[in-house]
Amino acid sequence: MNIVVAVKHIPSIADDLPVKGANVDFDSVDFVLNWFDVQSIEQAALIKEAVGATVTVIGVDLIGELDGSLHLALAMGADKAVKITADDPAADSHQQAKWLSEAIKGLAPDLIFAGVQAANDIDGQIGPILAAYLEMPYIGGVSAVDVNGGTATISKEFAGGVGAKYEAALPLVVGVQASSKPPRYAPVSKVRQVAQTAVIEKVAPTGEASAGIVVKKMSPPAMTGHADMIEGSSKEVAAKIVELLKSKGLA
Amino acid sequence: MSNDIFVITEHMDGKFSDVSFEMVGKAKELASAWGGQAVAIVVGSGVDAGAFASHATIHVDDAALSQFNPEAYGKVVEALVREKSPRLVMFGWTAAGMDLAAWLSARTGAPCATAVRDISADGTMSCQAYSGKLIADVAPEGDMAIAACLAGAFPAEAGQGSMAAATLASPVDLSGLKVKFVEAIKPAAGDVDITAQAKLVSIGRGIGGKENVELAEELAEKLGAALSCSRPVVDAGWLPRTRQVGKSGLKVKPKLYLMLGISGAPEHLEGMKDAELIIAVNTDKKAPIFNVAHYGATNDLFEVAEAMLELL
Ligand SMILES: Cc1cc2nc3c(=O)[nH]c(=O)nc-3n(C[C@H](O)[C@H](O)[C@H](O)COP(=O)(O)OP(=O)(O)OC[C@H]3O[C@@H](n4cnc5c(N)ncnc54)[C@H](O)[C@@H]3O)c2cc1C
Repeated sequence: MNIVVAVKHIPSIADDLPVKGANVDFDSVDFVLNWFDVQSIEQAALIKEAVGATVTVIGVDLIGELDGSLHLALAMGADKAVKITADDPAADSHQQAKWLSEAIKGLAPDLIFAGVQAANDIDGQIGPILAAYLEMPYIGGVSAVDVNGGTATISKEFAGGVGAKYEAALPLVVGVQASSKPPRYAPVSKVRQVAQTAVIEKVAPTGEASAGIVVKKMSPPAMTGHADMIEGSSKEVAAKIVELLKSKGLA
Repeated sequence: MSNDIFVITEHMDGKFSDVSFEMVGKAKELASAWGGQAVAIVVGSGVDAGAFASHATIHVDDAALSQFNPEAYGKVVEALVREKSPRLVMFGWTAAGMDLAAWLSARTGAPCATAVRDISADGTMSCQAYSGKLIADVAPEGDMAIAACLAGAFPAEAGQGSMAAATLASPVDLSGLKVKFVEAIKPAAGDVDITAQAKLVSIGRGIGGKENVELAEELAEKLGAALSCSRPVVDAGWLPRTRQVGKSGLKVKPKLYLMLGISGAPEHLEGMKDAELIIAVNTDKKAPIFNVAHYGATNDLFEVAEAMLELL
């Protein structure tokens, strides 16, 4: 069985996100692996352990720095890594999904995983677009996948802790919300070791697609109803919070 | 092409979600500016489709649609959209809408904007991006557009009404589906019910690791509060899913919501923004949570929590 995990390299939201023109200033931000893709990699590794599979992780190399993320995926249990050498940090989700779908076609996938969402999805998520381009069904918001022969049993989350179980004939694209077990920790030493020996296959981007949306402006949200900031050392802040809670009968 | 607006409504156990009414209300406003109709689309079986104040409601009724099935629902919506060519198709940016909106965009070539919080009469959409750290104003190109709308973006009342639905059989063959609904999964029980608590101490990814949860637990105990959390805390296995607040977790409305190391992503806000008193401790002064919290502090959560413990 072949499992393909499509991963997205995105600007880190842990840092400031300066804007240049109508987009993030890509030169001033760190790119990180999308958190939901880490969950996808784990879900693929769990299936590999349960029923046997070849796991290929594939991503669009937007700024020439994807290798680290691919090494992490390999250290977590992926068998092969492929990068699409696009070198275009502003490529939208439709374009990325097109490049991915063209590269994935040759991999004869039974299951394709993508993180359910990424922080830079403005024109839709990669998973459902990939599914449309590959003419496969899609289920997103998924928190567990079990495979039995040519069928996958899938748990999908709705709101409020409610979910549903589905059965789907393979091949299928799955938007992973969470893996059925928390992602394993890949020690830095193991990632480094992988980095020394790993062969990352390079693929040139092929195919064209466009989101068809023009970003006119990007900016931080207008400060509406900003919090009253409590200033001071941590001790002072703690004292003020406790005082506030006491005054409201909450402590 | 028409100037109509299709609202793809959502329901579960026969009840429509708030976002459905919210979108119908907004669609009516846009329809009056564009000279079209706000059309509620109800895909499903066993629902009373006449709950909207739309200009028209289309109910596609088929036994295969009695539960949400992304494959079946997608086929039906695509067929309707191709036949009627509305100017705008609105989905909720929800567990169901996220399966369909971008998919439909790739199938039809219609541009799709996600996490939409407003739509102007000129068609420009304001979207939340980067977990709420940035707002993108986007203009779709072409004759038809798709908007996946955030829950709570528009008032619900304007969409509530009693328009009789025109019921149709499925416009596409729904036999031979590859995806089959098996069963509903009910929320896990047996733990503290965070929705019933007057006070919550809520931890986010900033708590750093499972070994630090104890500190927050102690603080919660001292305050007579329960411990809740954001999604990454659950996904990392530090707390059970019963403690998760937000879009895919639970909606809470406590008297006190004390947040430690939570950034305030829209998916988290969906679950707690109506809390009576929100206090956020987060080292990032630009964290979006400070737009929503009543009080904030940019100190280290561990230092603040420890100091609070000494004082309580
Ligand atoms: C379909 C879908 C459904 C989702 N459902 C939910 C949901 O129900 N609930 C939910 O919460 N999320 C949900 N999410 C995830 C959501 O998008 C965010 O990823 C999540 O809310 C972020 O959690 P966080 O704020 O804890 O983590 P982060 O965004 O990583 O924020 C951590 C914060 O901690 C701060 N911090 C770090 N160290 C310290 C310190 N020592 N002291 C003080 N502050 C510190 C940082 O400045 C940062 O702001 C969903 C996502 C999707 C796609």
